[in-house]
Amino acid sequence: MSRYIALRLLQAIGVLWAAYTVSFLVLYALPGDPARLLAGPDATDVTAAQLDTLRAQFGLDKPLVVQYIEHLGALLRGDLGTSLPTGRPVAELIGEAIPSTLQIAALGLLLAVLVGGGLALAATFTRHRGLGQLLLALPPIGVAVPGFWFALLLIQWFSFGIPLFPAVGNQGFASVVLPAITLALPTGATIAQLLSKSLVTTLREPYIDTAWAKGAGPGRVHLRHALRNAALPALTVTGLIVGQLLSGTVVTETVFSRPGLGRVTATAVAQQDIPVVQGIVLFAAAVFVVTNLLVDLVYPLLDPRIVIRKRRLPRVRVAATAGASR
Amino acid sequence: MTDTTALAAESARASTGRGTAHDDTFATTSADRFADAAASREAGSIVEEPSAPTAADGRTGRVRRLLATGVQHPGTVLAAVWIVLVLVSTVAPGLFTSQDPLVGVPAEKLTGPSPAHWLGTDQLGRDLYTRVVFGSALTLQAALIAVGIGLAVGSVLGLLAGFVGRWVDDVVMRIADVLLAIPSLLLSLALITVLGFGTVNVAIAVGLGSVATVSRIMRSEVIRVRNAVYIEAAFASGNRWSRVLFRHVLPNSAGPVLVLAALEFGTAILAVSALSFLGYGAQPPAPEWGSLIATGRNFLTTAWWLTTLPGVVIALTVLSANALSRALDSEGRRVR
Repeated sequence: MSRYIALRLLQAIGVLWAAYTVSFLVLYALPGDPARLLAGPDATDVTAAQLDTLRAQFGLDKPLVVQYIEHLGALLRGDLGTSLPTGRPVAELIGEAIPSTLQIAALGLLLAVLVGGGLALAATFTRHRGLGQLLLALPPIGVAVPGFWFALLLIQWFSFGIPLFPAVGNQGFASVVLPAITLALPTGATIAQLLSKSLVTTLREPYIDTAWAKGAGPGRVHLRHALRNAALPALTVTGLIVGQLLSGTVVTETVFSRPGLGRVTATAVAQQDIPVVQGIVLFAAAVFVVTNLLVDLVYPLLDPRIVIRKRRLPRVRVAATAGASR
Repeated sequence: MTDTTALAAESARASTGRGTAHDDTFATTSADRFADAAASREAGSIVEEPSAPTAADGRTGRVRRLLATGVQHPGTVLAAVWIVLVLVSTVAPGLFTSQDPLVGVPAEKLTGPSPAHWLGTDQLGRDLYTRVVFGSALTLQAALIAVGIGLAVGSVLGLLAGFVGRWVDDVVMRIADVLLAIPSLLLSLALITVLGFGTVNVAIAVGLGSVATVSRIMRSEVIRVRNAVYIEAAFASGNRWSRVLFRHVLPNSAGPVLVLAALEFGTAILAVSALSFLGYGAQPPAPEWGSLIATGRNFLTTAWWLTTLPGVVIALTVLSANALSRALDSEGRRVR
């Protein structure tokens, strides 16, 4: 077990290193002049000498390989660099933004799991064919709706129409509700689609017939027998879902004028603040990697058929790659 | 189109093949047999006599089957019609409206939907319906460029990984793994940071953001096809690898990638309009679906139609693209 965890940790570190490399290549090695970006989008009259000073200041005059190694070394010490317009450490900027984002992301995830899961269960549970079809038609709509538009509709209905929740800001619980609903929409729709699909296949399995034959009621068959198995495939995409929530905050926090990771990202992109953008990308990759690691470790607890053995891990390998692939 | 020609060639080969067997000139080695088949196929396409009726039969049967599926799935038909209408509006917006998207009548500013202005007017008295119609050009062109880039780069990488295998496969797929660890919107945002703002840059960024998914699906399809017996046969009959790749592997593994393309089209529309909404894409006064909604945001309390109605158009378009993708998918599975 500990050997398995160590192996997975090494893999996780490998992915993070690769994510750093990819983001470095995209942000520093693509054709384009980082120094000109540093000077700012409006700086049209910078002289070549000024650009050279900037390059020297940020180490951009060194060869790419040297820059790459220097950045990597700083990263290992936990230093993500400094934001260009504000001059503050990137790690600090991200750290400050996390709590506010965590509030809406946590509530959003909760809503998504409850509503999405509930929808999938209700659609397979109902005896009424038309109602089931109607419920199954909802998730595709949820996936197709633009998040920023949905957020504006919510503001229009529940802030201006019926003044229930504030339209902007981060004061108290009421201000968390609408952003959380916005984040929950695509995520909940994804969960509902996955779960309803896997519930339908699970309910066709012979052991479900056995459960019916033994006299289990519909509630017991669905919740106790079918849901437990059907939820496992949905669990493997947790990493994807968390990533979806994280990228959803960019639009959501902009619309609701909330501070948080999404706002930091949007501002950094608008100001072409390369170190902050790289920090956010690395943070997202880290969240994805950690989530998948946790899912892989939790998986055997939920599905006793999966056993982490000392040497050969056939089934776990399948679960791990499935998690990483999406 | 390729399907029907392949079908005609198939039937021609079958019928003339029977003839040659009867004439006792059946080739013995596999290479000869291949040359034989190629020759008879050429002969068949010139003569065309035995194959013509079967091909025509196949075509009417196909049309009838298409109609039957259409009646069974009215939603798919509606989705296809909507997508066609929207696509036509990108090249010929004049067919749908006679007004100018950039010139408004100040006296009619911020009026709600009416017979004169189907979707109402904006703060400068411009007709919103006209702006949505003209806006489809920017949004959909960006989405199409994005899908094109994603498909082209992703397919090449997936094809290489699946067909060559070994270390190429390992390298490409590890890179894809890493790219999948970063949410695609964040990846697009990182690319925009470097490339700068503008519709084309947004399109490139969104397209590159989808490369990993496409390459993964292409690779799994190529591997499925590559292990098929007919690929072995194609190699055994002395084909060069390039011919096997382009003539056998690529056409047979393209199906699921096309399904993905329809899906990615919808995703790209969402991503492009979201990025434009954030202000990284088309700049006003150019009409673009995302930035139309961004402008309407300032008039939420007074003019609901400025945000609501363009959003409905985006949602319907994405919904249609997804529905088409699903229909293609189930059709592909049925055929296979």
